[in-house]
Amino acid sequence: MKKSVRTREQEPLSLQEIEERNEVTPETWQLRLYVAGQTPRSVAAFANLKKICEEHLPGRYNIEVVDLVKHPQLAAGDQILAIPTLVRKLPQPLRKIVGDLRDTERALVGLQIRPAAVGE
Amino acid sequence: MGTENRRLPKAPTGIQGLDEITGGGFPRGRPTLICGSAGAGKTLLATEFLVRGATEYDEPGVFMAFEETAPELTQNVRSLGFDLDDLAKEKKLVIDFVRIERSEIDETGDYNLEGLFIRLGAAIDAIGARRVVLDTIENLFAGLQNQGILRAELRRLFRWLKDRGVTAVITAERGEGALTRHGLEEYVSDCVVLLDHRVTDQVSTRRLRIVKYRGTAHGTNEYPFLIDEDGFSVLPVTSLGLQHEVSEERVSSGVPRLDTMLGGEGFYRGTTVLVSGTAGTGKTSLAASFVDAACRRGERCLYFSFEESQGQLTRNMRSIGLDLEQWSRKKLLQFHSSRATFYGLEMHLAIIHKIVQDFQPRVVVLDPIGSLIQAGNQRDAHTMIIRLIDFLKQRGVTAFLTNLTSGGEALERTDVEISSIVDTWLFMRDIELDGERNRALYVLKSRGMAHSNQLREFLLTPQGVELMDVYVGPERVLTGSSRLSQEARETAAALARQQDAERKDRDRMRKREALEARIVALRKEFEVEEAEAETASTEDVSREEAIAENREAMSRSRQADMVKGGGVATRRRGVR
Repeated sequence: MKKSVRTREQEPLSLQEIEERNEVTPETWQLRLYVAGQTPRSVAAFANLKKICEEHLPGRYNIEVVDLVKHPQLAAGDQILAIPTLVRKLPQPLRKIVGDLRDTERALVGLQIRPAAVGE
Repeated sequence: MGTENRRLPKAPTGIQGLDEITGGGFPRGRPTLICGSAGAGKTLLATEFLVRGATEYDEPGVFMAFEETAPELTQNVRSLGFDLDDLAKEKKLVIDFVRIERSEIDETGDYNLEGLFIRLGAAIDAIGARRVVLDTIENLFAGLQNQGILRAELRRLFRWLKDRGVTAVITAERGEGALTRHGLEEYVSDCVVLLDHRVTDQVSTRRLRIVKYRGTAHGTNEYPFLIDEDGFSVLPVTSLGLQHEVSEERVSSGVPRLDTMLGGEGFYRGTTVLVSGTAGTGKTSLAASFVDAACRRGERCLYFSFEESQGQLTRNMRSIGLDLEQWSRKKLLQFHSSRATFYGLEMHLAIIHKIVQDFQPRVVVLDPIGSLIQAGNQRDAHTMIIRLIDFLKQRGVTAFLTNLTSGGEALERTDVEISSIVDTWLFMRDIELDGERNRALYVLKSRGMAHSNQLREFLLTPQGVELMDVYVGPERVLTGSSRLSQEARETAAALARQQDAERKDRDRMRKREALEARIVALRKEFEVEEAEAETASTEDVSREEAIAENREAMSRSRQADMVKGGGVATRRRGVR
């Protein structure tokens, strides 16, 4: 696992703390993936996300995985209903992508990576 | 799906009337669907279900709001006397606002709603909730695209709620041609409640109907309901039957002579009295007298006036010597004045219902009941008044209704044809005669008592209502000054007749005396004649004797033979 990927296992951070950390490097993409336990779907979602980031945002991303089974109180903060949900905290504005990110094209559009990629 | 005959466990809603028509509340541990159009009162019903559960039945609740934020919700229901903040502090209530912003959500691939389940589960666990409200879960359909997943997840959600054993209330928007817009009734099949908010003739009426309640006999009618400062109340009025208890007790009408007309004791307690009559015949005054009498007995009275304000009523009644204000001050009498057209019929009924339940009166006056017809159509009014009467009867309340009969109609026909359901019907009319109008009252019917068939003149005096005998003479019925003048004429005539009789008596006496005097005179005459006759006959005898003596003397002197004197005498007599 890359260093930039941090899985929340122990101490839950408050959302504010997370956001403060995120502000340190604004050009870094702050992504948060909400899952519920180690289901095949969450594993697939994480794998799909990682692939996309490695491909399109190498070295510029930070993925945080939040397991709601362990931290149910975090669901309300980002208004999470569907699992898995990927939240793009930065850059603004906030985006949410629901699903296992199987469809890469749609995921790229949803993350608004695609237009940038076209410009390159 | 075996048919289970055992009684379903229920979770009481604590909402006035709703528990009655559902036979005890919503199905415990199962979801109940509440559907209705916007503004029908779904959220309020759901909120009250939670609040009552938390405060009255010790069942904490979770409110998952998909439309309103927690502060909005708290504020909205505060006007109804519910303090959600307090309940939240006491850990009796959790409000979780779920916001779904379609514009910021994209979907790619498979997902489920585990996040919602986890949130709900966490909230339930946090306070040990027994009740859950999802308001309005259909908003998910607006936020998420994949209907297939959504439907499967909703099905799973309702299953999950059942497994958790919470009593859930799910609200949903009314759809066209279907109960809900997204067909939620497919998933929630235990109990479905439909709220309706109709506007007919510019008057709105709220109604509630239990569309379905598996395993429970429930009222199937539409029930009017009311949302006011105390929350929700449903009127299970159509479920009222004729099982009310009857009372033998009699209550005075407040007019002694009227009591006399009603078998000497007045009305039966708990019956319905209707006073109908043309304008200005004193219906309100009679009602006020009845109220006054009831308050005097220390009974609580409710006066619903659809025409006059409280101030106007008390002032007007003071003019006939009734001080109603003292009873208001002693909290024995409550006035409720509102224009009949201000609310719909059902609303009126709901309000009356509620006030009666709060105030617990023994006497209720509706003045005039005909005004209510203006608030709806005749058929509605009819049903409503029957419901109302049944409701009052069931509570043993004596109802006093007045009704204005307009001149054009058959006099004894009341607009709403409620005569068949009233127990005592007093009729007031005016009698126009010799340039004046007077009031008359009679008892048209009074069930279960011998009542007078007499017409009485109805007088409003500074001492109150009085009933007078009308003059029933040979020619016609007279009232007012005609009655007085006729009475005067009668008195004069009677005097004349008496004097006449006396004179005749005297004449007769005189005649009698005269006749008696004549009788005496005649008798005297007769006696005289009698005496004369006697004298005459005595003289005759003496003369005969004298003649006989003479003849003897002569014969002796002639020395004639002594012959039988008879022969001579006979001859002589024949000569004579």
